[in-house]
Amino acid sequence: MSKFRKNGSKSMPAISTASLPDIVFMLLFFFMVTTVMRETTLFVSVVTPKATEIKKMEKKSLVSYIYIGSPVKRMQASYGTSARIQLNDAFADVGEIQEFIATEREAKDEKEIPYMTTSLKADETVKMGIITDIKQELRKANALKINYSTRKGEY
Amino acid sequence: MASKRRGLPEINAGSMADIAFLLLIFFLVTTTMDIDTGIARKLPPMPEEDQPEEDSQINARNIYVVLINSSNQLLVEGEMMDISQLRDGAKSFIDNNGIREDLSENPEKAIISLQNDRGTSYKMYIRVQNELAAAYNELRNKAALSKFGERYNDLNKVDQKEIRKIYPQKISEAEPKNIGGNS
Repeated sequence: MSKFRKNGSKSMPAISTASLPDIVFMLLFFFMVTTVMRETTLFVSVVTPKATEIKKMEKKSLVSYIYIGSPVKRMQASYGTSARIQLNDAFADVGEIQEFIATEREAKDEKEIPYMTTSLKADETVKMGIITDIKQELRKANALKINYSTRKGEY
Repeated sequence: MASKRRGLPEINAGSMADIAFLLLIFFLVTTTMDIDTGIARKLPPMPEEDQPEEDSQINARNIYVVLINSSNQLLVEGEMMDISQLRDGAKSFIDNNGIREDLSENPEKAIISLQNDRGTSYKMYIRVQNELAAAYNELRNKAALSKFGERYNDLNKVDQKEIRKIYPQKISEAEPKNIGGNS
């Protein structure tokens, strides 16, 4: 027994940690690649309503977002508290939606246009009036695939 | 030469792991893996301008009228209804198969007509959309289980299409109206 222990203690070098950075870098690159930084700063506060019958959205690159909600606190002084539309990085009027859809389409391949979806990220407190207006504009722009953004959850 | 080589020690790479960990933790924290979810719908195309409004010949029994007013109350087929009953109401309407005189002839012909006011809250609208979608999903699941022994979502594309043919989801939204008088 004693011989055994002696032997062991003598031939126990420290585990080499030289490859530890490599492993960590591998993980790091994975997260760097998968991370999607938020592209737009939200000027409107949006808490989407809950729903149970939800579907995952496919092909994020083909989705254009329309945000609807009341302006965030620091914007309320200049824009008030009533529900507004945000397209990309600015407030917009209902009339600008057709233009927005047109520019979104220009950036895409012609084959992909029928698969383009418009996601309505609307706050649960907004009234249907503004939503209906947007839907009418989308119909005029022939962007018929829409998606009401919701959270998963029971009522 | 020899002395110079001895005077250039190897850079200690021991702290490299720490730096990498720091970056790793930063990206771990900032990464949001949330997938966008929602209720997908298709809008009807805009009617042609020169096209006269045609009176569609749909039997009244095949239309399930759901109205939501500006104070978020439901009027279903002319009667007030609580949102909790809507799912079962829609299911019995769709899956009537001509048994009751006032409900649909068969699921294929059944159309749900949804109409909301400009003052309806978005939350209520989504809730109604959700209940109607749930009614269809439950019926489809039932059909899928009895026909293929699997849930609708687990079926392959061809079988799903077959189920969809039995229960086509027809939710029609009327041209917007302003009944409540507020915008």
